[in-house]
Amino acid sequence: MRILVCVKRVPAPGARINLTADAQAIDTAHLGFTTSPHEECAVEAAVQLVEGHGGEATVLTLGPVEAEEQLRYAVSVGMTAAVLLPIDGADWDPQRTAAAITEVVRRLEAADGPFDLILFGNESADAGNFQVGIRVAHALGRPMVNGAKGIAISEGAVHVRREADAGQETYELPLPAAVGVKEGINLPRYPTMKGRLASKRVEVERMEPDAETGGLRMVRLQRPAERASTTVILGRGPDAAPAVVDLLDELGVLA
Amino acid sequence: MTILVVVEHDRGVLADASREALTAGRHLATTTATPLDALTIGAAADAMVAELGRFGVSTVHQAHHDVLADYGPEAWGAVVAAAVEQLSASVVVAAGTDRGNEVMAWAAARLDVPFAANCTVTTPGEEDEKMAVTRVRWGGSLLEEATLTGAVRLLTMAHHAVDAAPAEEPGRATAVSMTVELDDSVSHSIVRGRVERVAGVTLATAPVVVGGGRGVGSADGFAPLEELAGLLGGVVGCSRAVTNNGWRNHTDQVGQTGTRIAPTVYLACGISGAIQHWVGAMAAKNIVAINIDPEANMVSKAGYAVIGDLHAVVPAIATEIRRRRGT
Ligand SMILES: Cc1cc2nc3c(=O)[nH]c(=O)nc-3n(C[C@H](O)[C@H](O)[C@H](O)COP(=O)(O)OP(=O)(O)OC[C@H]3O[C@@H](n4cnc5c(N)ncnc54)[C@H](O)[C@@H]3O)c2cc1C
Repeated sequence: MRILVCVKRVPAPGARINLTADAQAIDTAHLGFTTSPHEECAVEAAVQLVEGHGGEATVLTLGPVEAEEQLRYAVSVGMTAAVLLPIDGADWDPQRTAAAITEVVRRLEAADGPFDLILFGNESADAGNFQVGIRVAHALGRPMVNGAKGIAISEGAVHVRREADAGQETYELPLPAAVGVKEGINLPRYPTMKGRLASKRVEVERMEPDAETGGLRMVRLQRPAERASTTVILGRGPDAAPAVVDLLDELGVLA
Repeated sequence: MTILVVVEHDRGVLADASREALTAGRHLATTTATPLDALTIGAAADAMVAELGRFGVSTVHQAHHDVLADYGPEAWGAVVAAAVEQLSASVVVAAGTDRGNEVMAWAAARLDVPFAANCTVTTPGEEDEKMAVTRVRWGGSLLEEATLTGAVRLLTMAHHAVDAAPAEEPGRATAVSMTVELDDSVSHSIVRGRVERVAGVTLATAPVVVGGGRGVGSADGFAPLEELAGLLGGVVGCSRAVTNNGWRNHTDQVGQTGTRIAPTVYLACGISGAIQHWVGAMAAKNIVAINIDPEANMVSKAGYAVIGDLHAVVPAIATEIRRRRGT
């Protein structure tokens, strides 16, 4: 089977997020970058499906040329091909991103045949627009559900399990289909030596994205107001236990 | 012009977050002197008219179709898109839940209109087809001010961004049945089966959460945390460093890509307090950080802290509780 996974490169901030002076972006001068966590799991899911059913798995991203790092990482853990849709500067809005990806998927499918399954992350870690995958699925006329915490393929359908308030729900979508994956569906593997070599050798295919701007436009970023806090130090080491238990008692959780 | 609120429910049970979306929709309707309409999907929701009236809805459009007996993202999205066209709605509001966001994304895709997910503030714009929103990024660690431009604007409200409040002068809503044509393809993604949750304390609802981070050191290292949680009628949570190491299941993860907790007390043991963890923990009413590093972010953000090795501190707390209980 043929699987496509769409991923996004995001910064990995730690204790706090700092913004650039014009508040248009996160100051990434001292930050590393990673693949958005849900998509890391989408990559792992694709690799497992190909291990079980045979076939090939392509990873695709729309992003700065530096996003080649995330594409090569995906190859190092088992993806077989990589496609970069390079853009300059700021993120594209979700409508534009989806339109560009749709158009590239059509080109890829015209060249090498249809993808049985297209995987996305449930939402990107940074922008969190919750819509790119669904817009692509709709444009391609494929069924899709988001939030997958379990995925299996049998008899021409993809079976999806996800968490809802009332419990677990299951869905069954005929292939070709698309699925949005959530972290927790699996535990992504680490690259092997062989994988690392493959990631160095893989030719990242570049395809110029082209799409019109949509109606959601970022004006500026803003850090939420921080809760002012002073920390009461209850003590040091195990000697602090009575003070902790006094506090638990006071807060009414001891009874 | 109509402001339409999409009402989320699970087989007839109104989702709490929908009351917040109704409240936000009413504020927009009031400031723009526009009537507030609501859309309920499937016959199971027909009994909600009175409740929606209390929230200031004047007309409830009740979409009916065989396919709508259970939830399906595409089917619901198709109904929202059809309602927008039939009612000439200009603004559509839903709850920023998993379902709310995916339904609105499907509707936006069908209509080819913009959609802003998880807004905290919405302001009707000076210009007709443009509104200003503030929306959540990074699961709440960052906000984005944005403009939403188009003849139809779709948005969801981030959970807890507004407090749900019935209208000051509750009205009486009128129910109108709406027939929708749905193509067969939308039935591909209807819920096929489910396993209902068993009652009991969950990470999201527990009154006490004992969280462990990389500082716990191993899967076995969680045993004292389990014991303490047990003594307090709580549950164990963890950081992503822990799930990535395979020490605990992802269902225990607190944070942006895990569970959001809101206990009375969160004991954060050996957790540094990265922003992605913090957004999942910040709704805790009280936080006690237990960390060897007095400079750790979790220590400076918590209301209380113990500086020390969790491997000594956590068992000492359990021992002290048992001593006081005489057990
Ligand atoms: C997009 C994205 C999403 C993410 N989502 C999440 C999420 O949902 N949840 C989440 O938790 N993380 C998430 N992360 C990861 C996050 O950035 C941190 O890497 C992670 O939370 C760190 O876990 P930690 O605090 O356990 O580990 P560390 O940061 O390594 O901290 C360990 C802490 O333990 C203390 N310590 C060590 N030994 C002891 C001891 N013996 N006694 C007491 N204290 C000790 C140390 O002083 C330190 O403060 C996400 C990251 C990204 C990029």
